[in-house]
Amino acid sequence: MSTIPATPSAATVPPVTQDPAPPPAARPRRGLNANSPWFPYLLVFPLALILFGYVVQPMFATFAESVGVDGVANYTEFVTGSGVARSALLTSLGISAASVLLCGIVGVAMAFLLKRFSFPGRRLIEAIILVPAALPPLIGAISFQLLYSETGILPRGLQQLLGTENPVLPFTGIAGVLVVHTFTMYPFFYLAASAALVGMDPSVEEAAYNLGASRVRVWRTVLLPMLTPALVSASLLVFMTSLASYTAPLLFGVDRTMTMQIYINRTNGDLPMASTYASVLAVASVLFLLGMRWYEGRRSYRSQSKGVASHRREITNPFGKWLALLASVLATMVLLAPVATIALVAFSRDGSWTTEVIPSEYTTANFVTIFSDPGAYRPILNSLQMSLLATVGCVVVGVLIAYAVRRLDFRGRGLLDVAVMLAWALPGTVVAINLISAFSTGNAFSFGQVLIGTFWIMPLAYFVRFLPLVFRSSSATLAQIDPSLEEAARNLGAPWWRAFGTVTLRLMLPGVLAGALLAFVNGVGEFVASVLIYTSETAPISVEINNRMYSFEVGTAAAYGMLQVVLIFVVMVFSGRLQNGGRATREAAKWTA
Amino acid sequence: MIDVTLESVSKRFARAGDTAAVDDVDISIAAGEFFTLLGPSGCGKTTTLRMVAGFYFPTSGRIRFGTEDVTHRPPNKRDTGMVFQNYALFPHMSVAQNVAYGLKIRKVGRAESARRIEEALGQVHLAGYGDRRIDQLSGGQQQRVALARALVIRPRTLLLDEPLSNLDAKLREETRVEIRRIQQEAGTTAIYVTHDQSEAMAMSDRIAVMESGRVRQIGAPQEIYHRPATAFVARFIGRSNVLSLPVVTAAAETVTVGLPDGSETAVAAPADHGLRAGDTALVSVRPEHLGLTSTTEAGALPGRVTEVEFTGMATNLVVEVAGEPVQVAAIDVPDGITVGDQVGLRLNRDRMWVVRP
Repeated sequence: MSTIPATPSAATVPPVTQDPAPPPAARPRRGLNANSPWFPYLLVFPLALILFGYVVQPMFATFAESVGVDGVANYTEFVTGSGVARSALLTSLGISAASVLLCGIVGVAMAFLLKRFSFPGRRLIEAIILVPAALPPLIGAISFQLLYSETGILPRGLQQLLGTENPVLPFTGIAGVLVVHTFTMYPFFYLAASAALVGMDPSVEEAAYNLGASRVRVWRTVLLPMLTPALVSASLLVFMTSLASYTAPLLFGVDRTMTMQIYINRTNGDLPMASTYASVLAVASVLFLLGMRWYEGRRSYRSQSKGVASHRREITNPFGKWLALLASVLATMVLLAPVATIALVAFSRDGSWTTEVIPSEYTTANFVTIFSDPGAYRPILNSLQMSLLATVGCVVVGVLIAYAVRRLDFRGRGLLDVAVMLAWALPGTVVAINLISAFSTGNAFSFGQVLIGTFWIMPLAYFVRFLPLVFRSSSATLAQIDPSLEEAARNLGAPWWRAFGTVTLRLMLPGVLAGALLAFVNGVGEFVASVLIYTSETAPISVEINNRMYSFEVGTAAAYGMLQVVLIFVVMVFSGRLQNGGRATREAAKWTA
Repeated sequence: MIDVTLESVSKRFARAGDTAAVDDVDISIAAGEFFTLLGPSGCGKTTTLRMVAGFYFPTSGRIRFGTEDVTHRPPNKRDTGMVFQNYALFPHMSVAQNVAYGLKIRKVGRAESARRIEEALGQVHLAGYGDRRIDQLSGGQQQRVALARALVIRPRTLLLDEPLSNLDAKLREETRVEIRRIQQEAGTTAIYVTHDQSEAMAMSDRIAVMESGRVRQIGAPQEIYHRPATAFVARFIGRSNVLSLPVVTAAAETVTVGLPDGSETAVAAPADHGLRAGDTALVSVRPEHLGLTSTTEAGALPGRVTEVEFTGMATNLVVEVAGEPVQVAAIDVPDGITVGDQVGLRLNRDRMWVVRP
């Protein structure tokens, strides 16, 4: 859930005008020549091989696994069976649909309030609005469990306050899952709708009023239609993310979802059935990915004029003013509550929190434990090491793919692009199952080694999951850099590699760095795939958090969580700086032809 | 001495179907010459330049620098200095670092480098600007840095791809004089791409006029203006009336045509005009080579004024002669001339010229 894309979606990136490549001419040439027709293939071939080997081929391996033993019998269960398969599919689809609806309402309402109205506290809320979504998936879900479940702070607090027998307003089961989804995924809608609102020319709306339309009519006939593309994209994203969601059903005990069934079947040793679920989920995700690309390629409304900036309406009514203030305070509390809860619990003594509203005994021992106890320190080291490895891979491969897709002309360019986006669209659980299916025996891409149960499967999974982040931010930066800069360097005598290094890569650096940080931080927070493939030696932080939660060491678990949270916020601030303050990006932006 | 030669160079892009972006172009450019590729957008002039620079390779044909065949040589080994339309200055480097880039690659020594950078910046009147960031410069200054960066490597050929198109009108005129001066001082061969015919006329030793991927005419500015090869060239360079007139008799370099009033006149024609009596000749007459006179003057063509536009120095009129609109740019026009007036047109017969379709 912390994988909210830096740009709304890569598919919205405008198509690049490519310099058409020279047609193939069979003439002998000396040395590596970046202008020769086969140069792109030389660069692209290894990249395509990597994507095929670690993204595409594992997907096929999973499918082969799913039909290997019982043929298509596993699949018919989804259609005919009255059993788990069918209900898991329906529950997952139902939860996703409900999540879209709830996120849509919350996200669009927030966007309208914050972008169209001016009221006290607006800036603060705008600053922290993405905080819940930025939490690593497991910590996010745990914080909501600690806050809103039957044993959570809020229901118990209300119980004590009102003197009732049972906790008041607890969220359990599917309701709990929906709360988590709403809080962590509404930013998809918020970001899309506020971008559309900010980009909208207010004079269009004014023209409608001027022509005599009532407020309701303006809404129905002007505002909503103009927001539609943003809302459709956000809906698809939320649906996909909900379908892939694993931690929320895990913590709220909703077993009959696709992702949970993958996990349960895998831990029960029924890999064919787990593969079947994974394949169905993969197909659904791919369909959504393709749907999204198709839709975004189709249309979007951009304002033609650049005249007046959009205006905010001041709330003048005194009653409204107070209401707005109250709502701001409430919203701030709700947005910050998850982080605050984790921080609070991180200082609680393990096992001391039973039926109280909030923990009663506080200590710093948890932090001492995780940094000094070798066994407790190990997961931190694992996470850092595996994320770093994966990040290095993501940077090398991601940057080169971005360059190839944006700057080179070759057959199969679209396929390469789709393969990277596939890695992004596949749920973490599916990525894990794919790698299990592909590398439980040695194959060419693992150099004949069995990777399951080894250290290497973990960074490989992180690499596959977070490659799209580096690709996307590199590609977005590259789009801002005029291709003639590299040509100028070539013209002045630089060979291709030197022109690429001293000019193009140098100018891409802020974007690459932002993407790398994002990949690293996501690696450190990774849980969904890790939990399916870790071994006791390679358990990362999130898996350790989950295990500590099971053994009721909530304080230590939260201390680990705080570590992740702090890391994320440091990185967010740093990469925010990078993007806003980076001179090179600013200059590159000015230099767009 | 011939510096750059293009021999039947064609370029087809894989995606553009069968049409050639550049179609069988033959050009040879002398050392030290300022040579311009002129044409409307999409005529193939930039593609031609990029083939000389090595960013594209021709589909067929050869490109030579002197006697060396460079057809498939990569751009970094061609030793050309290119000024890009948007300058393509490296935004992460200072002015001096930009200019130094090509010298560094050529492993020019530090002291020599510093001297040449200073010299190049002096040449473009930017001495003392070395430490500036690119975004601190105006458009005109950036343009000159781009020129200095291209010149400092002492390229065998200077390539300029519409370098003035991002400047405002006044700066454009100043800069074109500067570019011409610097090119002549350096003695470098220059290939210049533009769609602006007055720019081409003012700067060039010779011009190649291109249309739809083909070279329509190569010649000195005066030659192209006064003796355009085709109707397209006549209309693209300045303005021109291209009249279709019946051929009465045809000689080697003269064609006698019939005028709408029944009279006949001899018009100069290229040796290869290929016209015979009875054909229709295309005759180009520039608006400024037509004069307004009274309908009664001998030899004047009678016509009716259909448009009048006063521009200060001249008055642009459209006069309908035998149903055909004819453009006239007259310096001296009687006051009060209006639409509907009957006038006589005096032809400057020495300036009339037969063109190919």
